[in-house]
Amino acid sequence: MLEVSNLSKSFGGVPVLRNISLRVDKGDVTAVIGPSGGGKTTLLRCLNFLERADEGQMVFGENTYNLRNVSKHDIAAIRMRTGFVFQNFNLFSNKTAIQNVTEGLVIARKMPREKANDIAIRALERVGLKERASYYPNQLSGGQQQRVAIARALATEPEIIYFDEPTSALDPELIGEVLAVMRDLARSGMTMLVVTHEMRFARDVSSQVIFMEEGQIIESGPSAAFFAAPREARTQTFLRNLSAEEKI
Amino acid sequence: MSERVWRILIESFPKILLPGLRMTLPLTVIAFSIAMVIAVIVAMVQYAHVRVLSQVFRAYIWIIRGTPLLVQLFVVFYGLRAGYYMSPFWAAVLVFSINEGAYCAETMRGALEAVPVGQIEAGYCVGMSYTQIMRRIVLPQALRTAFPPLSNSLISMVKDTSLASNITVAEMFMATQRINARYYEPLALYLEVAVIYLIFCTLLTWLQRLGEKKLSAYTKKEARHA
Ligand SMILES: Nc1ncnc2c1ncn2[C@@H]1O[C@H](COP(=O)(O)OP(=O)(O)OP(=O)(O)O)[C@@H](O)[C@H]1O
Ligand SMILES: [Mg+2]
Repeated sequence: MLEVSNLSKSFGGVPVLRNISLRVDKGDVTAVIGPSGGGKTTLLRCLNFLERADEGQMVFGENTYNLRNVSKHDIAAIRMRTGFVFQNFNLFSNKTAIQNVTEGLVIARKMPREKANDIAIRALERVGLKERASYYPNQLSGGQQQRVAIARALATEPEIIYFDEPTSALDPELIGEVLAVMRDLARSGMTMLVVTHEMRFARDVSSQVIFMEEGQIIESGPSAAFFAAPREARTQTFLRNLSAEEKI
Repeated sequence: MSERVWRILIESFPKILLPGLRMTLPLTVIAFSIAMVIAVIVAMVQYAHVRVLSQVFRAYIWIIRGTPLLVQLFVVFYGLRAGYYMSPFWAAVLVFSINEGAYCAETMRGALEAVPVGQIEAGYCVGMSYTQIMRRIVLPQALRTAFPPLSNSLISMVKDTSLASNITVAEMFMATQRINARYYEPLALYLEVAVIYLIFCTLLTWLQRLGEKKLSAYTKKEARHA
């Protein structure tokens, strides 16, 4: 459902992404892993046009786009069909949990308020936060905020949700609740592209893995094979050098 | 204090307060409201880097902030003969709006820029347009941030309206000057008008507290895990 070919991006002449090609099928959970500064965040941001790629092509659903000159209209259309979960949540701080969820429905999609509220309550219930519906973000813990953010992405029924290290801004004891929600999403067949340092999650939940370093995809493939027998020397080194708690 | 001074103070009180209610207050409220509209527009245009218009507004802010309010009043009223087209009151409204608008625009611009970029990106990611994000997310947050400094400007303005006496607006200060011309009790009378300004400003400070309380729902931490 998503296919990217030869995506490149530089910042001020410094190449950050080089010839990235990837393919995500419906229902896939793709884990993107790799060392810091490798371009994982930038890749995700390019896919949702928070950053504009310099080169490349994207097939999204039934449409093909040239990333060099996608129109504003196309960008808006693609964003309507995707969800994004940020490392630092980015909940609207002037909106309650439920308003965070309904905003994209009522304002962006012109859905009637009552219908949006029903959907939002169900989305919040799914992430276990129905009773916190009327709380403002600053009244919620980091883990709860991230779950609201997932509910917000979920409520718009996206065809794919991008996650950028959704647990790395969280205290260790809060990581589990967010990962549990993501596991549940994966089980339900949601297509997900997840940048993560959680190797256990990557191995147990993802169907394919992409290993990135210095702006390039070094290795990618089905998770089981990837973790059992990485082909590339650099992948092997990366997996070997993971710190004790990251190890699986 | 002598009995005569007390009598003058008591008799003059309504004669000062009334122009306060009829001139000073409306002048402040109307001019500040217009200034807020100017401020939001000017700040948003600059925030969005709208070409040409941004530069025009920068020049506006530069000129207004770089020249004395009293001089601006004189230029408009005596220089441009605004009195020929409108009453002194409306000439004062004009000058005060334009003047205050420039200051408040800078306050607003700062507040807009203080809204984290992640808020805007999140808006895009749920499918909102730039306009929708501005209206629903950025502007409300900026107004909350700007509320205390804007209140400050409003309180300043109440007192600055005394300058309008120079272009024949019969506001509180001019009323006091007139009464003083008759009785010559400058210390008592000017202190009296000072107290009335103080009362006005105290009421506004109190309103500011009230407003901040109402706006604080999403900024206060006490309710956490309540
Ligand atoms: N807006 C920007 N301007 C200039 N350089 C940038 C910008 N954003 C990212 N970079 C650079 O691009 C490179 C890739 O950054 P990116 O954030 O995508 O890495 P990452 O793989 O997500 O790293 P991490 O695991 O630490 O999150 C880095 O060298 C970074 O300094
Ligand atoms: Mg990153």
